[in-house]
Amino acid sequence: MLAADLLVAQNIGFGIIALLMVVGALRVVTVNNVVHAALWLVVVLSGAAAQYLLLSAEFVAITQVLVYVGAVMVLFLFGTMLTRARIGAENDLNNKNWKIAIPVSLLMLGVMSWVIVDGFSDEKLIDNPGEMTQVPVQLISDDIFGPYLLPFWALSFVLLVAVIGAIVLARKD
Amino acid sequence: MSASLLAADLPYWAQALLRVLGGVVAVLLPAGTIVYVFLFKMMSFMQSRLGPMEAGPYGSMQLFAEVGKWLQKEDITPERADRFIFKIAPLVVLVSTFLLVAVVPFGPDAWFTNFEAGVFYMLAVSSVSVLGILIAGWASANKYSLLGGLRAAGQLIAYELPMVLAVIGVIIQAGTMNLQDIVFAQNAGSMFGWDGLGNPYILTQFVGFIIFMIAVQAELTQTPFDMPIAESELVSGYMTEYSGFRFLTFFIAEFATAGVFSLIASVLFLGGWGIPFAWFGWDTMDSVDNWMNVVGPLIMVTKMMLLSFIIMWVRFSYPRFREDQLQRFAWKVLVPVSLVNIMITAILKVAF
Repeated sequence: MLAADLLVAQNIGFGIIALLMVVGALRVVTVNNVVHAALWLVVVLSGAAAQYLLLSAEFVAITQVLVYVGAVMVLFLFGTMLTRARIGAENDLNNKNWKIAIPVSLLMLGVMSWVIVDGFSDEKLIDNPGEMTQVPVQLISDDIFGPYLLPFWALSFVLLVAVIGAIVLARKD
Repeated sequence: MSASLLAADLPYWAQALLRVLGGVVAVLLPAGTIVYVFLFKMMSFMQSRLGPMEAGPYGSMQLFAEVGKWLQKEDITPERADRFIFKIAPLVVLVSTFLLVAVVPFGPDAWFTNFEAGVFYMLAVSSVSVLGILIAGWASANKYSLLGGLRAAGQLIAYELPMVLAVIGVIIQAGTMNLQDIVFAQNAGSMFGWDGLGNPYILTQFVGFIIFMIAVQAELTQTPFDMPIAESELVSGYMTEYSGFRFLTFFIAEFATAGVFSLIASVLFLGGWGIPFAWFGWDTMDSVDNWMNVVGPLIMVTKMMLLSFIIMWVRFSYPRFREDQLQRFAWKVLVPVSLVNIMITAILKVAF
């Protein structure tokens, strides 16, 4: 591959955002304040949304912002602020098993990379990136409510389990 | 679409610059107008007084005086606050407003972006402001601020849901999430074969409109939903520690968001920039005349003033909800009603 092929605006944008995401992800686990860690996680998740936009997957990007930044992280921060969120550094935030996490995450990285490379190898989604257009929302919904209906239903049971669990935990009687 | 005003032959950077400038105007102009006309004058008249009269004729320059006053105040950061987060929090709230205006169409070619999933985008970026409010409350290192931030987050999450559900009725009826297409569907539509008024969704989706406006009132933390900044309990909630420019940012964001939500509500329910297309014999988006790009924004501003008048009218008229009443109202009244609304809309859509 020539350098001219790589130095297009999308690739440069991808590099900058990816760098920001990696830095953010490292800061999530190294920073010594719970709220700061959550805010770095917001940076990582918004970075993922930006990457989806670069792939012109507009609908997925918006879903990412709505679900992760707008709902999950807000509830996350809400929960931490309600219980324990001091301003300033805290020293006992590190789990003492953190060294075991390194090989596990490296293994995950290896498995995921292998799956992606094995699945797609040098296959291209579109031959000419200049012709890339937005995917109509109708196509996505046709897929979700057509061939993928059963997995979609199965996923909603995961949410149901979480809701029932929350009710069981919250009920006093 | 007919020859575009903005796409005239401008290079990309010039178009981008014009869009940013247009966005700033579309955010600040409604904010200033709402503050002067409603907050200064209408509230005063409702309380049998004149309001600001000294600065300029009829007090019309009062806004500039206020901005000047806020800008020259000292920018204080509490000693034990989390300085960086304390400083960026108001900007997060304001940025969410700017992102919100990006999808609002003002005319057949007068739009900033023409997102395929515009409605969905609008709901997503409006939820980002919660993040700013929450971290503003936490970073102030003040128990009143923290309580205000938590109340705001709880309230905004609760009312986000009815808002999403109310909009789904409109999406089902229009069959699209693109705001421009929703405008077209309303103005090119007809009611029982009569197209003299188009088919504004306020008539068919009246329940959705009411729920949407209530949810907007709550999202803006305007009375009767101003528990997060209840001054008799929490000083001024998450804004307590802010002064000068940063308070001004919160203030502008509040009223600019009121304006932008009014714009969005007018697009979703009142037909947006359009006039019934049958009046001039337009039947497609391309056949709309170019002068609508000038008249359209004026129609939008008129509808925005009407809707923000209602928001402010309610604000000045009703006492505050208690925290538990507020949550119960959202979860036990608004959510079920909007779910029933979606069901009925879907059944009618399939039936007809």
